[in-house]
Amino acid sequence: MKRSKILFALVGLLLITLLASIAGCAPGAEYPVAQPKARFKIATTTSLYDTGLWYYLEPIFEKKENVELDIVYAGTGAALNQGKSGNVDAVIVHDPDQEKPFVDEGWGINKRSFAYNFFMIAGPSTDPAGIKGLEPVAVFKKIAEGGMKDPNNIKFVSRGDNSGTQGAEKRLWANAGYVYADIEKSGKWHTEAGQGMGPTLMMANEQNAYVLCDGSTFTSYKGKLALVSLVNKPSEATLNIYNAYAINPAKVKTAQIKVANDFINWLISPDVQKMIGQYGVKEFGGPLFYPISDPTYPAIPNLTDNMKPVQ
Amino acid sequence: MLTVLLGRSLVAFLATSQIGIEGGDLNEFVQGFVKAFQLIITLDPQVVDITWRTLAIALSSCIISTVLCLPLGSLIHFRRFPGKRILINIVQTFYSIPTVVVGLLVFILFSRIGPFGVFNLMFTPTIMVIGQVILVSPIVLGLVISALSGVDKGLFETASSLGASRVQAVFQVIREARYAILSAVTMGFGRAISEVGLALMVGGNIRGFTRVITTAISLETSKGDVELSIALGAILIFMALLVNIVLNRLQQK
Repeated sequence: MKRSKILFALVGLLLITLLASIAGCAPGAEYPVAQPKARFKIATTTSLYDTGLWYYLEPIFEKKENVELDIVYAGTGAALNQGKSGNVDAVIVHDPDQEKPFVDEGWGINKRSFAYNFFMIAGPSTDPAGIKGLEPVAVFKKIAEGGMKDPNNIKFVSRGDNSGTQGAEKRLWANAGYVYADIEKSGKWHTEAGQGMGPTLMMANEQNAYVLCDGSTFTSYKGKLALVSLVNKPSEATLNIYNAYAINPAKVKTAQIKVANDFINWLISPDVQKMIGQYGVKEFGGPLFYPISDPTYPAIPNLTDNMKPVQ
Repeated sequence: MLTVLLGRSLVAFLATSQIGIEGGDLNEFVQGFVKAFQLIITLDPQVVDITWRTLAIALSSCIISTVLCLPLGSLIHFRRFPGKRILINIVQTFYSIPTVVVGLLVFILFSRIGPFGVFNLMFTPTIMVIGQVILVSPIVLGLVISALSGVDKGLFETASSLGASRVQAVFQVIREARYAILSAVTMGFGRAISEVGLALMVGGNIRGFTRVITTAISLETSKGDVELSIALGAILIFMALLVNIVLNRLQQK
């Protein structure tokens, strides 16, 4: 008797949850419980996501525009593809080499740069390849030479996800005189994580490996890492600019161009520029990103044009 | 199958907790659990939100699969037709279809440039339910067929000879197999709630919209933040336990 009562109670509980979930998923209703707000989707590069910048900005934009901002995180290559597939309305990316065809083929329009930082190179504190303080190109040469000779101690973890950061890796390998395809198959010292910036840092940390990272993500992960910053000097070679693009409705009919333009204009508005510059000051003792309007480093030549709102 | 689910959750659970031991610091390891416990006890809004969404999505896909598979399973069981054995074999093969393959299929079909792109469903809970229905249906279907086969063949004939119509006799058999059918559904639920590949690929792990327990654990752990992962892992195991208890009770009937 007792047993069947317990069973009855459990099944009852399950049924209640079932019914509640049916109510929540009525056809046509926006899940969870109906709040028919417009949804606006963006695909963003992982460094901006892993630093928590979007968590900070998202509610502010949602309140201002009265939309639900859905943020999908992906490396630049994947983010551009989501844009081309029409699954998002705007993309936030940082790889000049991949952005060029994206614009030339007409997918991305109304480009505005809104933030920047610098790539840095982190590695184990013992610095087995002896790269501390060198120029980035010299560093990549040393890591490759060392890694091929002593792959057990000198390792490099690549993003391996076709992201903007991997694009920067590729440029540095090329400047150091290597063909990227050769690097990829030159031994186990070079591994590809295939993941976002944060997870790749954690992986390099576990393997005591060198890694190319944007300064913002490194700063926000510092507390969790045994890796130290070895090369961190702002220069043209390590400059990393974050750009926003609206998806061209002439190419993707469903793209929500109006909200996308509002979103881009919002990113370059003085208020948000200020917020970007202040993000992380309290927690990390200094800003994580430079807003594009910050003239500390002349990040882009045509700043005045860039700050003009999209029409 | 349920033990597999339990085992899988346990492995995920242990994996998350191991990251907490930084430089062999046991203190941090223990702290991870303490904080996780706090998150659950204080009903942390994020934990509640993710758990609720996970349940709603998995249960919805479970109900839809059952509504589809119970009639279909009965049809396959009670009819004789050429290729029946092969059909059942194919269904059983799809028990173990990889979640990422379903993710790929759903992506190709529902991406806005795909054939069903007009519905604009990518990165929504709805598409996650669709994917899970595809994932779970073979299991529910296959097990419903075995459940019906498990009923004594005499029952159908007895019912018919006592004047029951064909439909009534079929319902008698289904009634007799109800507990086995319910455990089939539970099995499907276990598969739906524990999968991560599909949810990540077509759901996009959007905070407050498509983030479920498994994708949250995956993201937080890869970022090295274990407290939330441990809390969610514990909840997932607790759910598996609950489901297992129900299932055991049913099978004792």
